[in-house]
Amino acid sequence: MAPGLNDVTVYLDHNATTPMAREALEAMLPFLEQRHGNPSSRHGRGRDARAAVDRAREQVAALVKVRPSQVIFTSGATEANNLALKGWSGGRPGARLAVGATEHPSVLSPALALRQHGCALGMLAVDSQGRIVSEALEEALAEGAGLVSVMLANNETGVIQDLRAISELAHERGALVHTDAAQAAGRIEVDFEACGADMMSLSAHKLSGPAGAGALVVGKTVDLEPLIHGGGQEHGLRAGTENVAAIVGFGAAAELALRRGRDAQVELRALRDYLELGLSRLPGAVIFASDAPRLPNTVFLALPGLEGETVVMLLDEDGIAVSSGSSCSSGATEPSHVLMAMGVEPEVARCAIRVSLGPGNTRADIDTLIAALEKHLYHQGAMPAGFLAAS
Amino acid sequence: MAYSAKVLDHYENPRNVGSFDKDDRSVGTGMVGAPSCGDVMKLQIKVNEEGVIEDAKFKTYGCGSAIASSSLLTEWVKGKTLEEATRIKNSDIAEELALPPVKIHCSVLAEDAIKAAIADYQKKAGA
Amino acid sequence: MSETKHPIYLDYAATTPVDPRVAEKMMACLTMEGNFGNPASRSHSFGWNAEAAVEEARRQVAGLVNADPREIIWTSGATESDNLALKGVAHFYRKKGRHIVTSRTEHKAVLDSCRQLEREGYEVTYLTPEENGLLDLDKLKSALRDDTILVSIMHVNNEIGVVQDIAAIGEITRERGILFHSDAAQSAGKVPIDLAEMKVDLMSFSAHKIYGPKGVGALYVRRKPRVRLEAQMHGGGHERGMRSGTLPTHQIVGMGEAFRIAREEMAEENARLLKLRNRLLNGLKDIEEVYINGDLENRIPGNLNVSFNFVEGESLIMALKDMAVSSGSACTSASLEPSYVLRALGREDELAHSSIRFTLGRFTTAEDVDFVVETVRRKVDKLRELSPLWEMYQEGIDLSKVEWAAH
Repeated sequence: MAPGLNDVTVYLDHNATTPMAREALEAMLPFLEQRHGNPSSRHGRGRDARAAVDRAREQVAALVKVRPSQVIFTSGATEANNLALKGWSGGRPGARLAVGATEHPSVLSPALALRQHGCALGMLAVDSQGRIVSEALEEALAEGAGLVSVMLANNETGVIQDLRAISELAHERGALVHTDAAQAAGRIEVDFEACGADMMSLSAHKLSGPAGAGALVVGKTVDLEPLIHGGGQEHGLRAGTENVAAIVGFGAAAELALRRGRDAQVELRALRDYLELGLSRLPGAVIFASDAPRLPNTVFLALPGLEGETVVMLLDEDGIAVSSGSSCSSGATEPSHVLMAMGVEPEVARCAIRVSLGPGNTRADIDTLIAALEKHLYHQGAMPAGFLAAS
Repeated sequence: MAYSAKVLDHYENPRNVGSFDKDDRSVGTGMVGAPSCGDVMKLQIKVNEEGVIEDAKFKTYGCGSAIASSSLLTEWVKGKTLEEATRIKNSDIAEELALPPVKIHCSVLAEDAIKAAIADYQKKAGA
Repeated sequence: MSETKHPIYLDYAATTPVDPRVAEKMMACLTMEGNFGNPASRSHSFGWNAEAAVEEARRQVAGLVNADPREIIWTSGATESDNLALKGVAHFYRKKGRHIVTSRTEHKAVLDSCRQLEREGYEVTYLTPEENGLLDLDKLKSALRDDTILVSIMHVNNEIGVVQDIAAIGEITRERGILFHSDAAQSAGKVPIDLAEMKVDLMSFSAHKIYGPKGVGALYVRRKPRVRLEAQMHGGGHERGMRSGTLPTHQIVGMGEAFRIAREEMAEENARLLKLRNRLLNGLKDIEEVYINGDLENRIPGNLNVSFNFVEGESLIMALKDMAVSSGSACTSASLEPSYVLRALGREDELAHSSIRFTLGRFTTAEDVDFVVETVRRKVDKLRELSPLWEMYQEGIDLSKVEWAAH
């Protein structure tokens, strides 16, 4: 057992939520107490808050290379995804949508709700590496899909879709493309225009900003109906007093992510390679979607014979936080729908563990994790006696 | 809403506030707008025998931009002939005060006010 | 525009600063050392700690209004709560009926949700309140029909602060088997609310109107008799499927603490605010041609809405740059329209245009009020000197008989 394993807390669940960057936190704090205005108020406090929201809008726009007016702030990526799908369908009764089979529940669930309300819905199959099968997309487009929603990077596997190719196909058929970039933005370079999307969802708390803020980036030609009606904020597309502090934190985190850029990616990738090297020493370890382009911070793995839910509980006792799949469905005993769509056997899928790294992680954290996994494999009898001593 | 420095200056220190006797034959009075719309502008000019506006006064019920537009206009028309004064355009006022788009109607109202004042003077002079 | 050093904040109905005690609790959730996990993460202590904090906050919010914590659904704010209540109920009960009753002085979040429902084929009756802003409950009764599924009446109005008798409305709706929603964004923490007693079925709450953070609110959804909703935000199935999306722990914790403080300090704070409000009222009421908008008795202590006749509201706000006050509601104040609330009360447009809302709160002092009284009196005088309407009024001209040049 590694020394001090029980008193350290190693956070390796950044795809669920990230701790806030100091810069984002410091940017936010003044907007709680002193600079507390309502951006819709015309007096000084209100204008101060409005200016802060505008500045954050510029920072978020810069991260994905769009104009600030294209950024609609929401309460998070779930709302942004709902707004994209329902806002588009709202003005088009009987519209047809196509969504990736491995999408986040915040895309799948509104899509299913829309189907109940008379929209047609197609599910886009993925291959064994989690990539959208282009024939499936072509078929959906041929059937008349008007909106295609495919996430830029998957929350569980980290698989990055070839969005540019997807957009080209969709646009040839006159369909629009929405992409959930909550996991991608801030972890890889994201260029709204270059990837060809017409709408893009972003989340603050996945890029070291606060929970409670997100955005939908909207292309110039997209017509949307609001999801939340009221005071006319966000160009009438999203009513409700702006969450100024969280939006400011979002902006600061976006700016930081843009500034760190490639360096952070290189660092995370090196750390992930180190992790995967360590995993390769564990007998039978499987890394899902390892042949697809993936986020530099995400490893979705299985140690066959060790049930995923059990491992994460054991690791928690060791002071290590990982996840057995997406946080929204964790607690459920169903195997990951992402792995099912990739054709992974359910018994292997039930062993899945997601390790997602972040800026604060070190090699020592990885060593701690590997040591703990070794220990549990040994205790479960999944590792030959003497393995631990020899390694 | 942020006001330009010039709007603020006219608002804080309005020029030529006041009234002339509207029954004076040398005085032209223009009253435009309506309380229900949130703006009422009263602009008065005093015209000498050469047809030159030698003095102007205003009173305005309205937002800061409306007050500034009418205050500026009283400065501009002084010393102008009636014909010169009719050539003042609302866009000149809007530009000078850097009015935002939602406040352009204030400059329109000011232009209407000077035209009404001139018309009133000419009507009296012609009578 | 240059900022004055110490603008006096009298716009607590638009938003409040976060109470320092609330900020402290929030801070603890934001940092790595603190409770920053995703409450939906069921597999590690970061998630459990966050979930425990969220549940504690749920009890605190429920505690202020005497509800069961399981009846509290987190949202991004009162606007979303209003949307969820109206559309959620309308969509779920569409087979039962398609008629909704509300009032013309509701918040935009309710009115615009109603407009959307009208576009979807629902029918909405908009009640006009009496001149004092209060509803005549007989009129409400007679607006109810067999196909009415929902009545939505706010508890306290955001502009004029009047308190509707929601207990009585609840009796009427319950007897008819109609659901009753009330927007309590402006009343929670200011007026006692007992949901075990009141027959309210759904109630919207906001955090940032009572010294909590922006970006979080709640919807109370009654369990007995059970109220059903169709979710408006779909996703991971958070909040028992009624509202998906990662819960912002720090904001929820802040809302909980704000509601806890409100429960403990409401009575004392109300007494203090009433004194300050009366000080303000007494300082202004003898100005000529001044009108108080809304009933003074059935009103929260922190609100005073005054029309200064012959002075245009926006120019007065500009003159009152040493204080932060509002004309009309914050959401509509970017437009040039006079307050729709005051117009619904039958105020003439010019009085609606001349209105200022003063809302006092936790950090308002008697010195602030004295300064405001002195400044307002001086600036109203100055602007009336500038006002052609005041001049005409002084000359005895009846302004209602004047033919105004069309513009």
